Amino acid sequence: MSIKHSLLVLLGEGDRYGYELRQEFEGRTGGVWPLNVGQVYTTLERLERDGLVTREESDGGRQVRYRLADVGRTEVEQWWSSPVPVQKVGRDDVALKIALAASTPGVDVLAVIHAQRRAVMTSLQDLNRAKRTGSDEAWELVADALIFRAEAEVRWLDHTEARLAQRTPVTASGTRGALQTPGASAPDAVPATGEGVQR
Amino acid sequence: MTLDERPALAMRGVTKTYVDGETTVTALADVTLDVFAGEMVAVMGTSGSGKSTLLAIAGALLAPTDGEIEVDGRPLGKLSARKLAQVRRERVGFVFQDYNLLPTLTSLENVALPLDLGGASSATARSEARRALAAVGLRERASSFPDELSGGQRQRVAIARAIVGRRRLLLADEPTGALDSVTGEAVLKGLRERADEGAAVVVVTHDARHAAWADRIVYLADGRIVDETRASQPESLLTGGTL
Repeated sequence: MSIKHSLLVLLGEGDRYGYELRQEFEGRTGGVWPLNVGQVYTTLERLERDGLVTREESDGGRQVRYRLADVGRTEVEQWWSSPVPVQKVGRDDVALKIALAASTPGVDVLAVIHAQRRAVMTSLQDLNRAKRTGSDEAWELVADALIFRAEAEVRWLDHTEARLAQRTPVTASGTRGALQTPGASAPDAVPATGEGVQR
Repeated sequence: MTLDERPALAMRGVTKTYVDGETTVTALADVTLDVFAGEMVAVMGTSGSGKSTLLAIAGALLAPTDGEIEVDGRPLGKLSARKLAQVRRERVGFVFQDYNLLPTLTSLENVALPLDLGGASSATARSEARRALAAVGLRERASSFPDELSGGQRQRVAIARAIVGRRRLLLADEPTGALDSVTGEAVLKGLRERADEGAAVVVVTHDARHAAWADRIVYLADGRIVDETRASQPESLLTGGTL
């Protein structure tokens, strides 16, 4: 997430003080990513240094308003017209753990998948409830993004379970593999949300 | 959430087997599930895992091979076919993927139908049906026929029909099947609101996003409940993080 571009976008709507930028940012993105005021001022200093914004002091230098410079305006236009880079395939902790579980003798890979799915589903339920109880559109939009990503992870876990269940021998009772039984300790799940969210 | 002491739906050790030639197929194996008024439970699982069988047995459409079902505290096992039909009509509402609305009846008439069949007076049936339609936000479409409604609106009529009267147990089988994602979400929201108003809702779905509307999610595999998740308590909602 680019704080720099977010601030430039907001300044494109009019001159602003630093604290106004922070409030505006949080309101427009559903308050999901809290921004500390230090980050705002550090970013503004860099933007000024690079000629993207100019500053205007009042009250003996105690109040500073920022204004978008022409270079900054061009930067914003370029930002809108180019996609956020799609993440390169990188390390995926859950995929790694399950791949390892599937190839390690004595490890119940289905139980590992179930524990992971429980964690993601709980986070999905929490996100859903947070979305229901929130009221502003910005928050719903951001919550939907997190919800759809969590759903994708559950679908992948379901898919993986179905694939692996096919190769696991079926026991006499008709159940496949060793499933979670009461009293058995649940394997630790990899934390479900990659992105921290605060409401 | 208001929870009665007694579950609106209680399934105890429910098993369903079919004989197919020389083999016996187990569709449900020893399923125990309580659903309380004010609670929404989602049932997930791959196709063939027993989801729809569970719903059919819960709604007294299908008799179990073994085990007990209670709806509003009333055991179904000893009831005659006529009494079972009465329980279905008076206590249980169904929502199906394909709406199952009668094309020659208006929304209001479709919703009033279960009460009409139950012998309620026409005035009572219509006034209850109006109230149910208003609850799903379709007060204005009471005199529309199904083919004059969108898919999402038809499904909301089906939900209204499922809740009309005193029915507290609402069973939905893939209710968003043919709907686009925004309309599907509105249908789930409608079911959630019925639970918040005190109905016990069971929804069968293969969609994790839709299941997330429920308080509790149970997973079926090969006819058994193999897993269950429930939402966290509100205070533990979402962990912190900054940019």
